[in-house]
Amino acid sequence: MPRKLHLSTTINGLPTEFLCEARQSLLEVLRDVLHLTGSKEGCNNGNCGACTVLLGGEPVLSCLVLAAEAEAAEITTIEGVACEARLHPIQQCFLQDAALQCGVCTPGFILSAKALLDRNPNPTEHEIRFQLANNLCRCTGYDKIVRAVQHAAKQAMASPEPGCIAGGSAK
Amino acid sequence: MKDFEYSAAATIDEAVSLLARWGDRAKVLTGGTDLIVQLREGQREADMVIDVKKIPQLMESSYSREKGWRLGAAVPCHRIYEHAEVADAYPGLADAARIIGGWQIQSRASIGGNLCNASPAADSIPILIAYHATCRIAGPNGERTVPVAQFCVGPGRNQLARGEILVSLDFPPSLPRSSGAYLRFIPRNEMDIAVVGVGSWVQLNARGDAIEAARIGLGAVAPTPLVAEQASLWLCGKPANDDTFAQAGELARLVARPISDKRGPAEYRTHLVGVLTKRTLAIATKRARET
Repeated sequence: MPRKLHLSTTINGLPTEFLCEARQSLLEVLRDVLHLTGSKEGCNNGNCGACTVLLGGEPVLSCLVLAAEAEAAEITTIEGVACEARLHPIQQCFLQDAALQCGVCTPGFILSAKALLDRNPNPTEHEIRFQLANNLCRCTGYDKIVRAVQHAAKQAMASPEPGCIAGGSAK
Repeated sequence: MKDFEYSAAATIDEAVSLLARWGDRAKVLTGGTDLIVQLREGQREADMVIDVKKIPQLMESSYSREKGWRLGAAVPCHRIYEHAEVADAYPGLADAARIIGGWQIQSRASIGGNLCNASPAADSIPILIAYHATCRIAGPNGERTVPVAQFCVGPGRNQLARGEILVSLDFPPSLPRSSGAYLRFIPRNEMDIAVVGVGSWVQLNARGDAIEAARIGLGAVAPTPLVAEQASLWLCGKPANDDTFAQAGELARLVARPISDKRGPAEYRTHLVGVLTKRTLAIATKRARET
């Protein structure tokens, strides 16, 4: 048995410790060790963006991060985006605007969109398309996704939601 | 992925001694956006992965108008274009940092890693060459420096000897009336590997109408990134206008010795060297006038 590493992280606001092998990606640990299966494995080589999570607030591809690199890191996965039962405005707009079909790319898109709106609350269409370029969708043709992000930005500008204090639940 | 040992080195000395001990069986991990894919797909093998992101010198980005810029080898791309002073002083490198992969890649991938991978098509190298950047290398026998233009020795091969690590890229101070620009050609809008990439740097005279000094770096037209030496020298003293830029492009074409592959035939790549040299010189000149 390969030696296991002991990691201490904060995932979706909760202190989370886990054991992993050095070769395991953060995505593998999130899904198979911590059972946070919202992050999806699409290509597993950094092209599709389905495994996007926020690491210290920056959007990263969890298939291209070793879990061992996450010591002391703060991680947000799709499970931590909603506040308890209340969906995040981006999630609501994806539903209302039918910005998903099969849904495999959706968690990654929502985290990239959240990272974008956290930095730039009123992005242009061009900025949205540029910043979401590392997330692939093979169903929607992107227009509905871009419109949902625009819609979420507009809503948030009109009535800023109070932030979720504890993050979502990690389990 | 085959299992390996993982070590997050805390100091340069620790990384150097690990590299000296493990030799080729060790791989240095900065952003991991190439290394992890290569390890997973079996293109490279490692028994030891040395994460260098905990070493302060590799994560520092310190800029001063007088001293220039020291960019730690593991600093991720986004910290370059988000650092307003740096993006102002070295906009050509910000050009490259903005188009290396997508946003998620830029959160991790480093310029140092892009250079050490020594891909002929690496987006950062032509503009590093144009800016006269220097590699600061630490090893078992102390420190040495190598100009970026001499760092790559073949596709995927660099100057680093056993036990050596790239610590930082050092940029000379940004001179008055000088600036740079990087452009690459790809067949789609974003997210692709350069068919050709060109980085240009110019310094203008006091009136802003003639070029005093210039340097042009070329990517994806030879086994390593190149300096277009003749074109760079020819530009000195020439009027800063489109005719000059086009002629410099003609001269830059002469050093290109590209291969034909799936990204483009050799003739096309040579043609692109002329076009991109002209365009990057024009952008760099416009920026230099605005500084």
